[in-house]
Amino acid sequence: MNTQEALYNYCLRLGDNALIHAHRICEWCSNAPFIEEDLALSNIALDLIGSAQCFLKYAAEIDGKGKTEDDLAYRRSERQYFNYLLVEQPNGDFANTMARLLLMSAFDVYLFETLATSKDEAIAAYAAKTLKEVKYHLAHASDWVIRLGDGTEESKYRMQKAINDLWLFSGELFEMDETDTILINEGIACNLHDIKPKWQNYISSVLEKATLNLPEAIHMVKGGKNGLHTEYLGHILSEMQYLQRAYPEAKW
Amino acid sequence: MVNATITKESVLALLAEIPDPEIPVVSIQEMGMLRDVIIKDDLCEVIITPTYTGCPAMGIIQADILMVLASHHIKPAKVTMVYSPAWTTDWMSDEAKEKLKNYGIAPPLHSSCNSLPGSNLHIICPQCGSKQTEIISQFGSTACKALYKCNSCKEPFEYFKCH
Repeated sequence: MNTQEALYNYCLRLGDNALIHAHRICEWCSNAPFIEEDLALSNIALDLIGSAQCFLKYAAEIDGKGKTEDDLAYRRSERQYFNYLLVEQPNGDFANTMARLLLMSAFDVYLFETLATSKDEAIAAYAAKTLKEVKYHLAHASDWVIRLGDGTEESKYRMQKAINDLWLFSGELFEMDETDTILINEGIACNLHDIKPKWQNYISSVLEKATLNLPEAIHMVKGGKNGLHTEYLGHILSEMQYLQRAYPEAKW
Repeated sequence: MVNATITKESVLALLAEIPDPEIPVVSIQEMGMLRDVIIKDDLCEVIITPTYTGCPAMGIIQADILMVLASHHIKPAKVTMVYSPAWTTDWMSDEAKEKLKNYGIAPPLHSSCNSLPGSNLHIICPQCGSKQTEIISQFGSTACKALYKCNSCKEPFEYFKCH
């Protein structure tokens, strides 16, 4: 794998994580518990779509085959998607969605903090922009996890269950492979081992404030980063890509 | 071939009139989104910076720019989005902040602050000027705004977030 191929993979991963997470969060639109939350979730999803657009567009440029960000979003199948398993998990109840947002946006904050100083100028620029936005996502998720965890018996039970249920997908966030190694050596990518302790500290502090328990070490599942997904991604894509698959080249 | 009498300043002056599609009392220049105009022999290139990565107004702004240029026979033209340096509310002019306030939107308080809304910031109610306000939600009707309410005049209002 050369640097250019690694960079292409890396941008697809960044874009896919944002896109699939955004698509999941969009499912709350008009279904959130109250209107302010509806707006908040829709805004968060919108930020993520913007971020996905930046990284997929850049991936298409690196690829140099005349594709657009839309081609990459609508014309790839499950095995060609490289998002983490965490972001494709179903919304579940509100606690589940907030647990997923907490785990992912804490990761995003530390990731983009590092990428803002990437030697790749485009990645650094998109990261600096995205960082400002994901800080809001993290604040929002943290507030809810604390409020629900330190809430009623029912909300505490559900919040703890949500964290426990998603915990097995958190290990994959810090997995690294050849793509990462090549780009870390070039000063382009983030060394995920470096940000793992910060992420763990942050999550622990939020769970402590929420009077929740940090889940015990369990077997972590992985695969998304290499295109091996849970059954849920195919269903997301079948919905998201339907129009472009049924009517190729359809435009507004 | 771009007309030889066209200058960067004249193009900027034309584009400065374009309103922000979501907050039409301020222009894209006052918002700090309009960054530069580069005139080359065969192209007029306009550089803009998005406020938020997913801001849906960016497409409309690009179309508005091309329309203004076309109506003044400035072509060929293209709009380029530049992400670095990242847009910040620091680039918003004082006039723009005043206009926002008069429009009913509390302008961003600090320049490029790192603190999120709701954290110890006293946002002034744009309706009655009271400091007795509280946050309802960090997210509002558009990506750039938060929801507040005034405990003096009891009116809800939007706050343009520091970014």
